[in-house]
Amino acid sequence: MRALNHKLVRELWQLRGQALAIALVIGAGLAAVLMSISTLDSLQNTRAIYYRDYAFAEVFASLKRAPDSLRERIAAIPGVNQVNTRVWAPVTIEIAGFTDPISGLLVSAPRAGRADLNRLYLRAGRLMDPDRSDEIVIGDAFAEAHGFQPGDRLGVIIDGKRKQLRIVGIALSPEFIYQIGPGSIFPDFARFAVLWMAPDVLATAYDMDGAFNNVTLTLTHGANAADVIDELDTVLERYGGLSAYDREDQTSHRFLSEEFKQLEQMGRTFSVIFLGISAFLLNMVISRLINTQREEIATLKAFGYSNLAIGAHYAKLVVAIVLFGIVLGVIAGVWFGQGLSHIYMEYYRLPYLHYQLRPVIVLVATLVTASAALIGTLFALQRAVRLPPAQAMRPEPPPVYRATVVERLGVQRWLSQPSRMILRHIERRPLKAALSVIGIAFAGGIVISGTFFKDSIDFMVEAEFRLAQREDIAVTFTEATSYAALHELAALPGVTRVEPVRVVPVRLRHGHHVYRTSVQGLAPNADLHRSLDLNLQPLAFPPQGILLTEYLGTRLAIKPGDTLTIEVLDGSQPVREVPLVGLVQQYIGVGGYMDLDALNRLLREDRAVSGAFLAVDEADRETVYARLKTMPRIASVRVQENSIRNYYASIGDLLLTYTAFIAGLAGAITFGVVYNSARITLSERSRELASLRVLGFTRGEIAYILLGELALLTLAAIPLGFVVGRALSAHFVATIHQELFRVPLILEPDTYTLSAIVILISALVSGLIVRRRLDQLDLIAVLKTKE
Amino acid sequence: MSTPDSNNATHADIDADVVFHAHGITKIYPMGEVEVQALRGVDLDLHTGELIVLLGPSGSGKSTLLNILGGLDTPTAGCVLYRGRDLTRATERELTEYRRYHVGFVFQFYNLIPSLTARENVAVVTEIARKPMRPEEALELVGLGKRLDHFPAQLSGGEQQRVAIARAIAKNPEVLLCDEPTGALDSSTGIVVLEAIERINRELGTATAVITHNAGIALMADRVIHLGDGLITHVNINETRKAPHELTW
Ligand SMILES: Nc1ncnc2c1ncn2[C@@H]1O[C@H](COP(=O)(O)OP(=O)(O)O)[C@@H](O)[C@H]1O
Ligand SMILES: [Mg+2]
Repeated sequence: MRALNHKLVRELWQLRGQALAIALVIGAGLAAVLMSISTLDSLQNTRAIYYRDYAFAEVFASLKRAPDSLRERIAAIPGVNQVNTRVWAPVTIEIAGFTDPISGLLVSAPRAGRADLNRLYLRAGRLMDPDRSDEIVIGDAFAEAHGFQPGDRLGVIIDGKRKQLRIVGIALSPEFIYQIGPGSIFPDFARFAVLWMAPDVLATAYDMDGAFNNVTLTLTHGANAADVIDELDTVLERYGGLSAYDREDQTSHRFLSEEFKQLEQMGRTFSVIFLGISAFLLNMVISRLINTQREEIATLKAFGYSNLAIGAHYAKLVVAIVLFGIVLGVIAGVWFGQGLSHIYMEYYRLPYLHYQLRPVIVLVATLVTASAALIGTLFALQRAVRLPPAQAMRPEPPPVYRATVVERLGVQRWLSQPSRMILRHIERRPLKAALSVIGIAFAGGIVISGTFFKDSIDFMVEAEFRLAQREDIAVTFTEATSYAALHELAALPGVTRVEPVRVVPVRLRHGHHVYRTSVQGLAPNADLHRSLDLNLQPLAFPPQGILLTEYLGTRLAIKPGDTLTIEVLDGSQPVREVPLVGLVQQYIGVGGYMDLDALNRLLREDRAVSGAFLAVDEADRETVYARLKTMPRIASVRVQENSIRNYYASIGDLLLTYTAFIAGLAGAITFGVVYNSARITLSERSRELASLRVLGFTRGEIAYILLGELALLTLAAIPLGFVVGRALSAHFVATIHQELFRVPLILEPDTYTLSAIVILISALVSGLIVRRRLDQLDLIAVLKTKE
Repeated sequence: MSTPDSNNATHADIDADVVFHAHGITKIYPMGEVEVQALRGVDLDLHTGELIVLLGPSGSGKSTLLNILGGLDTPTAGCVLYRGRDLTRATERELTEYRRYHVGFVFQFYNLIPSLTARENVAVVTEIARKPMRPEEALELVGLGKRLDHFPAQLSGGEQQRVAIARAIAKNPEVLLCDEPTGALDSSTGIVVLEAIERINRELGTATAVITHNAGIALMADRVIHLGDGLITHVNINETRKAPHELTW
C-alpha cells in the first residue's frame, strides 16, 4: 500500500489545479452556509447574553401618570419578579449647524447601585451624578453619528423648555438594540436619540415629581405573561394605561426578531441551495475525475489489487480534496461570518459580539459535502471496476458517433470538421453535456439570487416613497388634537399642502388571529400619503370599513367582505367591528387604513388628528424645520428624504452586503465548475487533440475544438441560469415575506447581465488556463500511450 | 539514386533527390539523476521515392528517430535537413507548418478522431492542406472507397489503420512516416495495411519510412536500417522488394 500512497500524493499534486477548483466549490458553498448560520447564531447568542447580563425587562407598559406608591401594587401581582417604574418623555434636540429635526426619547436612567432592570452598558465616560440636574448619558449610536464625547453639551427641549445638558457618558441599553424614532421603521442614528437622565432630575424637569408614566418588569420563573399583563392592565387602567405588552411587542425586540427571522430564512434557503448545488457539482466533477482514471484502475486490478483497495485509494484522494475544501470553507465562513456580524452590529447596537459557530453545523455541512463527493466517487468507481482489466487496459473501443441532428437538418456543408467534432462530441454524451450545462446554470442562478435584491429594493423604495408616501415631512403631535392644528401648519411659509392623519394603536382580531398594529385615518382626497392597490394604483378610500395591507390580510386569514374586530388601545379603549373592504400593497411595514372621518366616527370622537403630512417647497425646507421645532405640540418631525436615505443606509445596506458576500461565493462556485468542466474535457480529449497537432493542426485550431465546446455549453448555460436564478429568487421572495417588509420579485436586465458576466469571465479565465495547457501538450507521449 | 551510405552534408544540400539528411543525431532524455541516451549519433539519408524499414528491438531508439524526422521532437545534438531546411532550428510554428504540409504520420494506435467518419477523418487533414487529393480518392487508394461514412467504431482495426494511412497521404506529403503501423494488428490484417503503404509509395513516389521490430516486414523495403541501442548497427539493401502479400511473420 506504500506505493499506492505515493501515487496518491503524486496524483494530488498533478491534479492540483482541479483539486483546488473543487475545493473552491466546496469551500464557497460551506462558507456561505457557515457565514449565514453563524452570523445569526452569534447575533442571537449575543442578544440573549446581553438581555440576561443587563436585565432586560419582560413586560412593558405606558400610562399617563401614576403615583410612585403604585409600584408596590404592581410588585404584588402574582408572577412579577422585579419592577422598574420611570418617566420617559419625547424631546426635541438641537445641534448647532444641523438643521434637520432631531427627535429624542429621554428616559429615567436605571438606578445605579441596585440591580435595576434595563441596565446601561457604559461605553465611555460615567453615569450621571443623581444630584446634578444637568447631566445626561446619551446613546452610543447618536454620539457616534455626531461625534459627541463625554463633556460635550447638548440642547434639549423638554416639555417646551429649552435646556443645556452636559453629556457625561455614552451608553447602550438592551431596550434599544434596534433604535428607531416614532413613526419610523428604519434607524436614523443622526436624527433620533435615546438619552438617560437621573430619575429624580427627569421627574422634576418633566413635572412628574413622585410619579411615573412607564413601567417595565420581569417575571418569576414559570409565570404566565398573559395573566400578568391582564392584571397589570387592570391596575393601570385608572392611570391611563395603554395596554401592557410583552417582549414580542417591544419595539426593539420585535424588529430585531423580525430581522433575525428574515436572516434565518435567508440563511436557511442559501444554505440549502449552496449545499445542494455544491454537492451536485462536486458529485459531477468527482465522478468525471474518476472516469479519467479508468486505465489506471484497470492496471491496478491487473496487479491484483481488490476493488475495495482501489475504492479506498480513490476515496482517500477525494477525502483529501474534500477536507481541504472544508478547511477552506470553515476559515472563510468564520471570517465572513465575523465580518458580517460586525456589519450587523452597526445597526443593532450591541455592546459586544459573542461569535458562535456551532460545531454541529460544521459537522452536518461536512457530512453532506463529503457524502456527495463520496457517492460521486462510488458510482464512478463502480463503472470503472466493472470492466475486466484486460479490456479496460486495451484502447477503449472508439465510441459510437453519429451525424448530429443539426447536421441532418442540412447545415452540414457549412460546418468544418472541427465544428462537427464539437457538435458530435456534445451529442454523443448528451447527459454529460447536460450536466455541465446544468451545473454552470445553477452557479449562474445563485449569482442572480444573490444580487436581485438590489433591483427589488429599488423598486420597493420607488413604490413606497414615490408612489405611496409622497409627503416631504411627516409631523406627529404629542396627542390627538383638533383640525385647527393643521391651519397653523398650512400657514408656515413654503408649505404647499397639508393632509391630516390620525394614527390609532389597535389590536386587530379575526377569529383566533390577533395582531397588534395601528390604523391610520387619512383624508379621502389624500394626495401626498396614499395607499396603493395590489396593482400599485392609488386607492380611493371607501367611506366605510377598513383596508389592510396584504400581508396582514394573510396573517389574519381575512378576506374582503369579512368582519374585523378592532380593539383600540388608546383613550377609552373601545372595541369595534368593521368590514374589511380591500387589501393594499405595501412593501414596508404593515397596518390598516381608514377614511379619517370614518375612523373618528368609529372612535366616537370629533374630527381629531394625531399628525399631518406636508408638502414643502424645496427652498423653504430649513425654515420650516426651524419653525416646527418651536411648536410645542409637535412630538416629532420626520423628513421623507431621510427615510429613503436611512432605508438604504440600514436594511438595504445590510441586505446588499449580505448578498454581495453571497454573490462573491457564487462567483467562486461558478469558476470552480467551469474550470473543472474545462479541465476534465481537456484530459478526456488530450489524446485526440494531440493527434491533430501531430497532423499539423496549429495550437489555435485545436483550442477551437476544445474551447468551442466549452463556449457552446457556457452559452447554453447562461439563459438556463436566468431561469434557475429567477426561480431561486422567487423562492427567496416567498420566504422573506414578513412584517418588516416584503420584497417584490423584480429582476432587471442588469442582474441577468451580471450573472452572464460572472459565467463568461469564469469561462474565459478557465479557457485561458486550459489554452495554456493545450499549448504544452506532449505530442509524443500521447502517441505512445493508448487511450 | 545516390548511394545509401552517402552522408556528406555538402552533397546532400545540393542533391535534389535527398528528402532527409540527418547527421550525428543524438537524443538524451534527462530523467532526474540519470540520463537516457535514446540516440547516440545517427546518420541517415532518405531519398525521394524510397521505402525504408527501421528495424530493431524495443527501446533501440526507432520512435525517437522517426519523431525527430517528423518534427515532433528535436535532437539534443546533430542536424536534420529536410530538403535543405534545418529542422533543428525551426520554431514551433515552422514545425507545425512542416507537419501540416509535408509529412504524413501513421501510428500504432491509429489515433483516429472517433467523432468523425472515415471520410471526415481524412477531411480533417485535407481541409488544412495545400494541394490535397479528395478524401474519397485517398480512401479509395487504401481500399476503403465503400466505407466512407463509417465512424471508427464501425470499422475493424485494420480498416481503422487504413483510414489513418489515407489521412496521412491525402495531403500528398513528401514523406510518409509509419511507427509500427501493424503493431496492433494480426498478420493477415497487417499485410493489407502494408499493401496500402507500399502502393502509396509505389504509385505516388512518397518517400516512406516504416518502423517495425519485425524482421519479416523488412523484405518489402528498398533499404533496411538496423538500430540497436541508439546506433545504426548495419544497413541492408534489398535488390528487389518483396510485395507485402509474399511476407510472412
Ligand atoms: N520521453 C522520454 N523520456 C525518457 N526516456 C525516453 C523517452 N522516450 C523514449 N525514451 C527512452 O529512449 C529509448 C528509446 O525509445 P524509443 O525511441 O521509444 O524506442 P523504440 O521505439 O525503438 O522502442 C528507450 O530507452 C526509452 O526508454
Ligand atoms: Mg517505438
